[in-house]
Amino acid sequence: MSTETTTAVEKKESLFSKKNRKLLTDPLDDSNPITVQVLGICSALAITVQVQQAVIMSLAVLFVMIGGNVIVSLMRNIIPDRIRIIVQLVVIASLVIIVDEVLKAYSPDISEKLSVFVGLIITNCIIMGRLEAFALGNKPGPSMLDAVGNAMGYAWILLAVALVREVFGSGAISFPGFGQVKFLPEGWFYANGGFYENNNLMILPPMALITVGVIIWIQRARNRSLIEEN
Amino acid sequence: MAFNKNSNGYTFLFAIVMVVLVGAILASLSLSLKPMQKANQAEKKMMNILGAIGVPSERGAVKPVFAEYVTDRISIDSEGRQVNTMGGEVDPTNAEDPFNIDVKKDFRSKAPASELSFPLFACQKDGQDLYVVPVVGKGLWGPIWGYVALESDMETIYGAVFDHKTETPGLGAEIKEGFFQAPFKGKKISKVAPHFAVVKGGAPTTEYSVDGITGGTITSKGVGEMVDRTMGIYLKYFQSAPKAQK
Repeated sequence: MSTETTTAVEKKESLFSKKNRKLLTDPLDDSNPITVQVLGICSALAITVQVQQAVIMSLAVLFVMIGGNVIVSLMRNIIPDRIRIIVQLVVIASLVIIVDEVLKAYSPDISEKLSVFVGLIITNCIIMGRLEAFALGNKPGPSMLDAVGNAMGYAWILLAVALVREVFGSGAISFPGFGQVKFLPEGWFYANGGFYENNNLMILPPMALITVGVIIWIQRARNRSLIEEN
Repeated sequence: MAFNKNSNGYTFLFAIVMVVLVGAILASLSLSLKPMQKANQAEKKMMNILGAIGVPSERGAVKPVFAEYVTDRISIDSEGRQVNTMGGEVDPTNAEDPFNIDVKKDFRSKAPASELSFPLFACQKDGQDLYVVPVVGKGLWGPIWGYVALESDMETIYGAVFDHKTETPGLGAEIKEGFFQAPFKGKKISKVAPHFAVVKGGAPTTEYSVDGITGGTITSKGVGEMVDRTMGIYLKYFQSAPKAQK
C-alpha cells in the first residue's frame, strides 16, 4: 500500500493538485489514522471479526467523514471557537442519525447489519480528529479529499485485520451481499477426523489489537521515517 | 468578518440556532419516515413468524404469504386464558389485533405479567396445526428475541428463529444462524420447570435442551432463559386449550 515514498513534504501553494494528492495518499501510509496516529482503535477491535462487517463499517465511516468534513469546513468561519467541539459532535451525530433513519425506511436489510455500528461511528475518534485538525482550517475541496484519504486509510487496515481474523478464526470469507463462504473442506476439521481447528482466539477482541500491532511492525520496518528517534 | 465570532452573545445565538435547526431537521425526517419504518418492522415480524414454521418469504411480498399460513392471531393473559382472537388481514392501526402487541416493549416495561397480554399465532402448513410463540429476552449487550413454532401436540418444537440487536459478531450473534437454530427442531418443551434450556457449548443435551455457542455463553443462556420463561406462560394456555380447535 505504500506506493507514495517519503519524499520531503513541501507545501507549495501553487502545486495544488500535488498537495491534494498527498491529502489522499498520506493517510494510507505515512499518517495512517489507525497505525500511526492510533485513532479509531475501538472500532477496529469491535468489528473486524468478519470482512463483510468491516466493509459496511468502512462505507459508513466514509460517508459520515465526507459529510462531516465538508459541512464543518463550510461553516468554519462562523463557528465560535469555544463551542467548536460541540458543534462538531452535533454535525457528526446528526449525519449518523440521518443515515440510520433513511436506511431503516428504505433499506431495512442494510440497516439491520449496521445497527451495532451506528454508535461506534459517532464515537469514532478519527472523524472528530479530522474535523478538528483539518476541516476547521481548510476549504471544503481539500477537506473532502482529506476525508476520503483518512476513511480509506482506516478502511484498508480494517479490511486487512478482518481478513486475517476471519480466515484463521472462522475458516471463511464473507462479503456484503454474498454471505459467508467457508472454504475449508469439512473433512479437514479435527471434529470430523481431520487435522485442522479454527483458532478461536482470533475471534476474540485481543487478537485484533495484536493484528494491528503486527501491521504497525511491518509498516515501520518498511518505512523507517515512522520510527521515533530516542 | 464584521462580527466578533467569539463574543458571548454570538456564541449563545449560534448554539440556539444550531440546536433549533438540527432538532427541526431530525424531527421532521423522523416523522416523515416513520410510516415506512413501521411497515418494514411489521414485514420483518411476519417474515420471522413464517421463518419459524419454515416458510421462506421475501420483503415486499410477505403479506399474502402470511395471510395464507397464519390462520388465527390469539392473545392470552398471564394465566393462560384466551383474551382475543382474530383472523384475516393484519390491521396495523388496530391495537386489539394480537399481531400489534409489542412484546419487546412489554418485556422492557416494569409492568407485572398479570397486566400484559401475550400473542400467539396459530398457523396451518401442509394440513398440520402449528403454533408460533414470540420470545424476548436479554443477551450480553442488548435485547434478543425470536419465534418458536410448536407442533399440534403443543410440546414438540417445529422450528425456531432468533435475532438480536447488538450481540458480538462471530460469537453471540451466531444465534441467528441456521446451525444454532436447526437443533431446536424436534426438541420438546418440558411440562415441568425448567421447561427448556440451552446448555454450554459442547455439553451433552437432553430432550429438553440444545447446544449453546462456544464463546457466546451469555447470549446462549439468554436464549434458553427466554424460551423457558415464555413457555411457562403459554403452557398454561396449551394445557387448558382444547387440542382440536378446528
